[in-house]
Amino acid sequence: MQAHQRMLDSTPNGLHSGESPLLQTLGLTKRYGDFLANDSIDIDIWPKEIHALLGENGAGKSTLVKAIYGLIQPSAGEIRWQGQPIVLSGPSEARSRGIGMVFQHFSLFDNLTVAENVALGLDGRESFKDMSARLEQVSKTYGLPLDPRREVWQLSVGERQRIEIVRALMQDPKFLILDEPTAVLTPQEADQLFIVLERLKAEGRAILYISHKLEEVKRLCDTATILRGGKKVDTCNPRLETAASLARMMVGGEIKEVKAAAGRKTTVPRLVVNDLSLAPSEAHGVRLEHISFELKGGEILGIAGVAGNGQDELFAALSGERLSKDPGTVVIEGIAAGHLSITQRRKLGAAFVPEERLGHGTAPRMKLSENALLTGHAASGMVHHGFIDTAATLKTVDRATETFDVRKAKRDPEAASLSGGNLQKFIVGREILRNPAVLVVSQPTWGVDAGAAAVIRQALLDLASAGAAVLVTSQDLDELAEIADRIAVMFHGHLSAPLATADATREKLGLLMGGSSLEPKEAAHAVGA
Amino acid sequence: MQLVLEKRAERSNTIALVSPLIAIGLTIVTMTILFAILGKNPFLALHAYFIAPLTDAYSLQEIAVKATPLVMIAIGLSLCYLANAWNIGAEGQFLIGAVAGSWIAVKTQGTDAGAWVLPAMLVLAAAAGALYALIPAICKVKFGASEILTSLMLVYVADLFLDYLVRGPWRDPQGFNFPTTAEFDPVATVPLLIDGGRLHLGSIITLLVVAAAAILLGRTIKGFEIRVVGAAPRAARFGGFNANQLIILTFAVSGALAGLAGIIEVAGPVGHLQPGISPGYGFTAIIVAFLGRLNPLGILIAGLFLALTFIGGEQAQIAMKIPLDVTKVFQGILLFYVLACDSLILYRFKLVSPNRQVASGTH
Repeated sequence: MQAHQRMLDSTPNGLHSGESPLLQTLGLTKRYGDFLANDSIDIDIWPKEIHALLGENGAGKSTLVKAIYGLIQPSAGEIRWQGQPIVLSGPSEARSRGIGMVFQHFSLFDNLTVAENVALGLDGRESFKDMSARLEQVSKTYGLPLDPRREVWQLSVGERQRIEIVRALMQDPKFLILDEPTAVLTPQEADQLFIVLERLKAEGRAILYISHKLEEVKRLCDTATILRGGKKVDTCNPRLETAASLARMMVGGEIKEVKAAAGRKTTVPRLVVNDLSLAPSEAHGVRLEHISFELKGGEILGIAGVAGNGQDELFAALSGERLSKDPGTVVIEGIAAGHLSITQRRKLGAAFVPEERLGHGTAPRMKLSENALLTGHAASGMVHHGFIDTAATLKTVDRATETFDVRKAKRDPEAASLSGGNLQKFIVGREILRNPAVLVVSQPTWGVDAGAAAVIRQALLDLASAGAAVLVTSQDLDELAEIADRIAVMFHGHLSAPLATADATREKLGLLMGGSSLEPKEAAHAVGA
Repeated sequence: MQLVLEKRAERSNTIALVSPLIAIGLTIVTMTILFAILGKNPFLALHAYFIAPLTDAYSLQEIAVKATPLVMIAIGLSLCYLANAWNIGAEGQFLIGAVAGSWIAVKTQGTDAGAWVLPAMLVLAAAAGALYALIPAICKVKFGASEILTSLMLVYVADLFLDYLVRGPWRDPQGFNFPTTAEFDPVATVPLLIDGGRLHLGSIITLLVVAAAAILLGRTIKGFEIRVVGAAPRAARFGGFNANQLIILTFAVSGALAGLAGIIEVAGPVGHLQPGISPGYGFTAIIVAFLGRLNPLGILIAGLFLALTFIGGEQAQIAMKIPLDVTKVFQGILLFYVLACDSLILYRFKLVSPNRQVASGTH
């Protein structure tokens, strides 16, 4: 291997002694102002290794990976590639050295074909025809079937991820970084991905696998490095750890367990959806097809499904951001509300928490008190004769802060200045403090740290115990299993019949998420205008 | 070393206040260079522009008179801009308001019509300005037509319409063929505040408008709605606010204020309807709105400052033969710097050393 190698061997278990790691960071530090996003991190990644990078949101995983991929320059410390110190001028240099990356958020153009999208990510030295041929060959070799001629908007999320993976593989990387790849996959799709990753590993490549799904890491990864608060906590063999011990290292303490009140009683139906169909509002959107369900007080209904199967459209139809011509399609507290605006629905006792915290759930550059007013102006006594009662809006902020432990720098900061978890606690708190009869919440703990997630889940359970009807849309099956009484699955704008949570095994849900139980004619894409 | 823009965690309120001052400073530096290129002594020119008008009572009154329409129009525009509705056609709404109000003045000319004439003119002018502004607003909401283009194009329609009236049907028979109406009767004239002075009731109305806007934006749910629709459209929809209704409303209000400013100008300082009643008030008000941070009090100050440049420009032309168009250049440069400096509210400059001593340069 490399001729000159400093004998600074910091291998976890001495297995690799004598060789040098493929990639190594030494004291890697990244400072943003006074904030240390990465504090002197040492990590060794060896060939033929799947190395997990574990940590909560804000632990510094993305910063570390961005530095390794050349997207940001470290403030101190160094990166070694095959034993040699390197400074990466940018991602293209990283790629040319053999470092590939698959991002959590895809960068694909919906209206271009698969091949065109891949071509845009390569350096364009080969002809489009050669490139397409190679694309097909690579995708076949690795069992990642793709039709280069299809346009991206026609593809499922799993297929889109395949484009990103194939694009990375076409540069024949020695080292591949994957950022939360299974977040958007069904359990079955995730299994297929693991087979591909095992194969890449067998070919001698190294993989850095970012995740917070501990079972997955235990199953797949050879080594795990755990970050917390920008520092490396430990490097260990995840197979020798338990999920609980890994979680402890990530969080730095025990996570409060979420407890449902025993013997929750269901009461009258508070949210009823009758045969709701809705054309998509934008090109490539999903058409809602004959959705019906009934949700009683005291009950939590979970909606599972891969992102982009109509969950956003369903949320808009329930909240009243999109109206339905037929009032009877959405019934809130016994009143036909399909034609009512979101403000009128709030007056009926409904509350909503959208998936996007910044820009949808809150106006990012406005203060928390103003964001309390955003949804509270309808029915919370914050407005008298058109004038804002500033004291009342501040009181909501204070109550949410106290009840849900929202951490912030001052009494009334801008929404954008809060961390994801704290802002989400504020948003959920803002709605729950209104004592809603019906709460519709989308991805309640998406990108939220474990502590905040536990607070939020507990709040949802308590709200149901107090008699409210709660609808939770989530891609996190574990979350739904933890809090929902029944789980239904969305696929291509259809909603399956709900299963009792006890019967909803991962296998069953996975099949429904892949559309298996639907009739063939309906499985075709609901293509709008 | 490398200079980069770095996003701030929170908007900087200090910079929000200081940014217009930085912009004014940069504009003055640029103007100094420009004056030097024109072969004028920059210091004398700047003195004529900014200091001389402040030294005598006549000019001070004149500044207030000029600021009156600027501030009134800019207040309306600020409501539009806060709500992300881009009314660029205030000049046209100003002219249409002037025309509509003048109609009553022309029709009652020489009759014994009483004190109702002036209030009726003001109301009609505001209504006409509002209706004229609704054309681009409705085109935007119904057909998705760019309100920037449609409102701008309607300026020229209004301009030519006014031109036609004063050269044709409304021309003063005793006016020696000049394109102008007869002088308005006293009942159709905005009263002066000081006998023999220039300051008129319109300035008081403008102050009331500023106060009303400050209350609207700061204390009412409608003002909140305007701000949130502009700042975060999707969050506003989630809050139950209808952006289209707000486009209609803010255009109507800003059109009404521009129309009101138009008739006050015609029935006040000018005294009759003629072409050229506006030295571009409707456009300069855009600069006033932004220089004033879309904030009512800021707009009041910015309006007075821009009025100063109008008066100073006239003085510089008389004293130093500097073309009056230089005033427009000045205003344009000022708007450019104001918008540029605004980036500093959300971003800050930072020197970064890329420490590339080991850079391989393979790419």
